[in-house]
Amino acid sequence: MSAIATPTAGAAAPEVVVDVRGADKVFANGTRALLPVDLAIRAGEFVTLLGPSGCGKSTLLKMIANLLTPSSGQLGWWRGGFDHVGEPGKKLVMVFQDATLMPWARVQRNVRLPLDLAGVPRAGADARVADALALVGLTGFETNYPRQLSGGMQMRVSIARALVTEPNLLLMDEPFGALDEITRNKLDADIIQLWWKKKLTVVFVTHSIYEAIFLSTRIVVMAARPGRVLKEVAIDEPHPRTEAFRVTQRFAAYAKELSELLAEASAKGATDL
Amino acid sequence: MNERLMKWAAPIGVGLVVLILWHVLVKAFDVPKFLVPGPLVVLDALIADWGLLFNSLLVTLKITFGAFLLAVVIGTIVAFLFVQSRWVEMSLFPYAVLLQVTPIVAIAPLIIIWVKQPTLALTVCATIIALFPIISNTILGLRSVNPGLINLFRMNKATRWQTLTQLRIPSAAPYFFGGLRISSGLALIGAVVAEFVAGTGGTGAGLAYQILQAGYQINIPRLFAALLMITVTGVLLFLLMVFLSRLALASWHESEVVHET
Repeated sequence: MSAIATPTAGAAAPEVVVDVRGADKVFANGTRALLPVDLAIRAGEFVTLLGPSGCGKSTLLKMIANLLTPSSGQLGWWRGGFDHVGEPGKKLVMVFQDATLMPWARVQRNVRLPLDLAGVPRAGADARVADALALVGLTGFETNYPRQLSGGMQMRVSIARALVTEPNLLLMDEPFGALDEITRNKLDADIIQLWWKKKLTVVFVTHSIYEAIFLSTRIVVMAARPGRVLKEVAIDEPHPRTEAFRVTQRFAAYAKELSELLAEASAKGATDL
Repeated sequence: MNERLMKWAAPIGVGLVVLILWHVLVKAFDVPKFLVPGPLVVLDALIADWGLLFNSLLVTLKITFGAFLLAVVIGTIVAFLFVQSRWVEMSLFPYAVLLQVTPIVAIAPLIIIWVKQPTLALTVCATIIALFPIISNTILGLRSVNPGLINLFRMNKATRWQTLTQLRIPSAAPYFFGGLRISSGLALIGAVVAEFVAGTGGTGAGLAYQILQAGYQINIPRLFAALLMITVTGVLLFLLMVFLSRLALASWHESEVVHET
């Protein structure tokens, strides 16, 4: 992993982390949630699934997380063949829309949960918890209960809990959707820094065009009715990115391109009905 | 005024006003003490008959605590069994409801015939009354787990045991303690009602027996004194449950958290 450069560096193509081949989803009631998707996510990428509600972006993410199985088609993880999520050392973790913390447990124990469940000895686990909390800027809040923290801080605890397992693949399902814009921008800036520093691979779901442009190396644009992938857009902006990127002309050009893509798709979808 | 102080002072103030009114009215209208004894007369009876009443109180307390503990143990075990599978719950829950809706006075004579030992018979009756809130609240609690946390445990490959001890039981705790509050009061009521029906006397006589006897003898002050003991016991039991609940939940649960305003 450590030898792998970011995709923009132009070195030999990094390892494929997740390979989605013609995976689709039809729910039991006959709803076509997602038309067949082909998507390869490589190590070191920050891929965002962008689209309106009902476009199947969460469905696709849940299939990548192995929480849903595709109706047909296949998914492969780490070239270890298909259905090999549990390979040692190859971990994927998911951050949900809510912080989903245990209200009865202090921050320390909430973050340590994945290690406790895996039977990691206490002493080593506590050191890793301290590192994870430092990464999200919550050192000093170990003994607080979740209700004593703001929504943004609770989300940081949730991210620390994901990072403590040192995942190869971090999946985030509209993690900042419930937060106010100012807090969201701050967390976006922090997560992109974390991704850069820790050489993470991230798949991120959002319905915010601006969030997608700011974060991604590549955006997978999706449309609803039926849920499908419209187009993939690479964001060629060097890292580390700062808040200044948000007010550049390049940013505005990407926003225009993506808005038009989405508007066009939704207009077409409406006439189909 | 300080809110903490008011919390105690206000109800005590109301109690004092009622006692004074009671005393004044009984004196003013010269009500005979075999109809309504004044508070001082009741206090006299309580002191005079203390030995007799206190022994009865101990009997009633023994039955109450025995029944309450049995209800907690049996109720918790039943709730855990029920949540293991929907099928078990669907098949057996209606019979748990049967337990709740059958009047104890209707089945107490049967239990007293079946169970020879009087104290044990009364304990069984009181247990039946106290059982249902524990079962239903604990089931509700064990089922009220945040689905996001269930997903999280699943993604981390938690075992069934880990999910039970680290997720389901803490989630159920607030509901369980709610059940304890209701059940503790019902155990006392059950102990008294069962004794009324059974009418046991002699050395094993509880407070219900003293009330019945005092009624027959038109010893109304003693009746009031016994009644007072039951009431105070009920209140103390409730406060004990509130205390336990606070001890367990104060750090995190909404119901026990003191909000700063």
